[in-house]
Amino acid sequence: MNRWLPFEWIAALRFLAEGRMQTVFILGGVTIGVGVIVFMSAMLAGLQANFIRRVLTSQPQIQLLPREEAARPLRAVRGVIEAAVVQRPTQRILSIDQWQAIAAAVRARPDVLVVAPTVAGSALAVRGDASRSISVVGMDPAQYFRIVRVPDYLVAGEARLGTDDIVVGSELARNLGAGVGDRINVTTARGGQRTLTVTGIVDFGNKGANERSTYVALRTAQSLLDLVGGATTIDVTVADIYAADVIARDIAGMAPVKADSWITTNAQFFTAVRAQQTSNTLIRLFVGLSVAFGIAAVLVVSVIQRSKDIGILRAMGASRGRILRIFLVQGGVLGFAGSVLGSVLGAGSLFLWHRWFRQADGSELFPLVLTADLFAAAAMLAALTGVLAALAPAVRAASIDPVDAIRG
Amino acid sequence: MRSVAEILVLEAVRKSYGIGTPVETEVLHGIDLAVRAGEFLAIIGPSGSGKSTLLNIIGLLDRPTSGRLVIDGTDTTGLGDGDRTRLRGRTIGFVFQHHYLISAFTALENVMMPMIVDRGRADPAMARRAEELLGWMDLERWRNNRVNNLSGGQQQRVAVARALALDPPLVLADEPTGNLDTAAAEGVFARMRRINRERGTTFLLVTHNLALAERCDRIVEVVDGRIAAEPAGAHAGPAAG
Ligand SMILES: Nc1ncnc2c1ncn2[C@@H]1O[C@H](COP(=O)(O)OP(=O)(O)O)[C@@H](O)[C@H]1O
Ligand SMILES: [Mg+2]
Repeated sequence: MNRWLPFEWIAALRFLAEGRMQTVFILGGVTIGVGVIVFMSAMLAGLQANFIRRVLTSQPQIQLLPREEAARPLRAVRGVIEAAVVQRPTQRILSIDQWQAIAAAVRARPDVLVVAPTVAGSALAVRGDASRSISVVGMDPAQYFRIVRVPDYLVAGEARLGTDDIVVGSELARNLGAGVGDRINVTTARGGQRTLTVTGIVDFGNKGANERSTYVALRTAQSLLDLVGGATTIDVTVADIYAADVIARDIAGMAPVKADSWITTNAQFFTAVRAQQTSNTLIRLFVGLSVAFGIAAVLVVSVIQRSKDIGILRAMGASRGRILRIFLVQGGVLGFAGSVLGSVLGAGSLFLWHRWFRQADGSELFPLVLTADLFAAAAMLAALTGVLAALAPAVRAASIDPVDAIRG
Repeated sequence: MRSVAEILVLEAVRKSYGIGTPVETEVLHGIDLAVRAGEFLAIIGPSGSGKSTLLNIIGLLDRPTSGRLVIDGTDTTGLGDGDRTRLRGRTIGFVFQHHYLISAFTALENVMMPMIVDRGRADPAMARRAEELLGWMDLERWRNNRVNNLSGGQQQRVAVARALALDPPLVLADEPTGNLDTAAAEGVFARMRRINRERGTTFLLVTHNLALAERCDRIVEVVDGRIAAEPAGAHAGPAAG
């Protein structure tokens, strides 16, 4: 007999060991329940982490844009509308009014990490006989590369951007037959025209982006797009990505800009995540409840089976508290052991799932996110559930009158 | 050996069941009894006369409806549940007719159980003490057997060893030989008697076996919840050897 275990544990473990069938079946139940929860939670966490990682590393969390030009109905006399049909004006590429002052003000906020003004528009890239339509992003690399880590995607050259340099996507480079050091002509609909040298080639792992993306210095884009001294967008990242919405509203309130946060832009994703979380919580709750009822049912039967043992232990001098704890420990042990087995089951199935079910190109559907936190939380919660489930049977055991038990 | 001459004193102990219901019945009608330390007392009487009720009250498993009970110098009147449980654990050992060993444990572990309950955890000294007790009962060979695999007489000897685990001054045995054949009953009785002689442990033995009762120091007969006059032939006090 283990000399370090307290009496309650000795008795609890021996009772569980002796009730072999009951113990095995209820352990099986708890294991499956916890396994389902671990599997589901880890998968959801993986999908979310995937998305959040993208948001964190490759896109601004807030974009400041010029306010849209609104068409106003024509009025000759107050109250009389002459032309009732109002057409939405074509949205020209506009600079943000006083963007420098706005950028400075936003940069001064303590909850903002990076502020990167950009000039973006479309253009035509020509080299020899080949021409392609491209999107040009002009920016200050010192700021912008802290938001979109362009240098991380370099496959050739470097992300150096002088006024006559350009970094291009890998597909575009191939289509134009251009390599590092080659020159390409870039022209825009607004009459801008520059000859730029390719300094770097990037591969974003996305064909569309690789075909159209180009990066140039802010000045270069300003002159190409006829927006000298202007900025079409201010990209912002913030310390707490979940506060982006509030910060965006705040900025829109203080400056004449339109502020879009990633939370608004990805509203659909959040609705989906929230729905999934709600159903996940419900499933957890009901699995937890059925685990609890299972443990309680097994222990109630065990209390009845062992009422003579309980009576004799009481006659021997075991207090009510001791008897109570014997059954609480049994509940806790069942919950904990089941959660350990369940974690192995859930993590194992997730691992296999992750290996076998892949996207068409063989890449993973979602990253494996199996953190120690999840298992620790599952074990703690299951042990707690077990103890709570054992409460009613334990109280019943503690209230057994030794005289009744012994008289039989 | 014991400092208190009278290990047990009952004064006007009454017990009623079903108090406040139409079937209220008084089972014990005022029991007066004094037992000296070291006595080996037989309690006899017809079935339903109240012997088990009396023993459960003495054993602090049940409370008298009225009257006074003093055990080993402690007046138990008005003691709370916790104090009664503690006093019971330290001063009283039980042997019941249906042995009531705990089937989840081995013979040795059953004997250790009162010590573990008392101290809160197991230690090697307890195992040695339990082995010694099983030795007295000639059960060393069976110490690691699950108790279900032992014969009735062996199980009852394990129960006696268990009752002695904490070396209590008082052992209460309610028909311990009731389910045993003559040879097994003799085995159990002889060992209890020897413990009584060698260690001075007080025994209260409820039995229907008059031959065994005759070999006790004193016989008390309970009839209809009262102590009848002591039958002739019973010894007046502890016999010497
Ligand atoms: N819990 C109880 N409720 C009501 N009556 C009881 C209870 N326990 C015992 N009795 C009654 O008390 C009387 C004495 O019983 P008991 O002490 O077991 O007698 P004995 O051990 O001498 O055979 C019997 O009539 C029995 O029916
Ligand atoms: Mg009886």
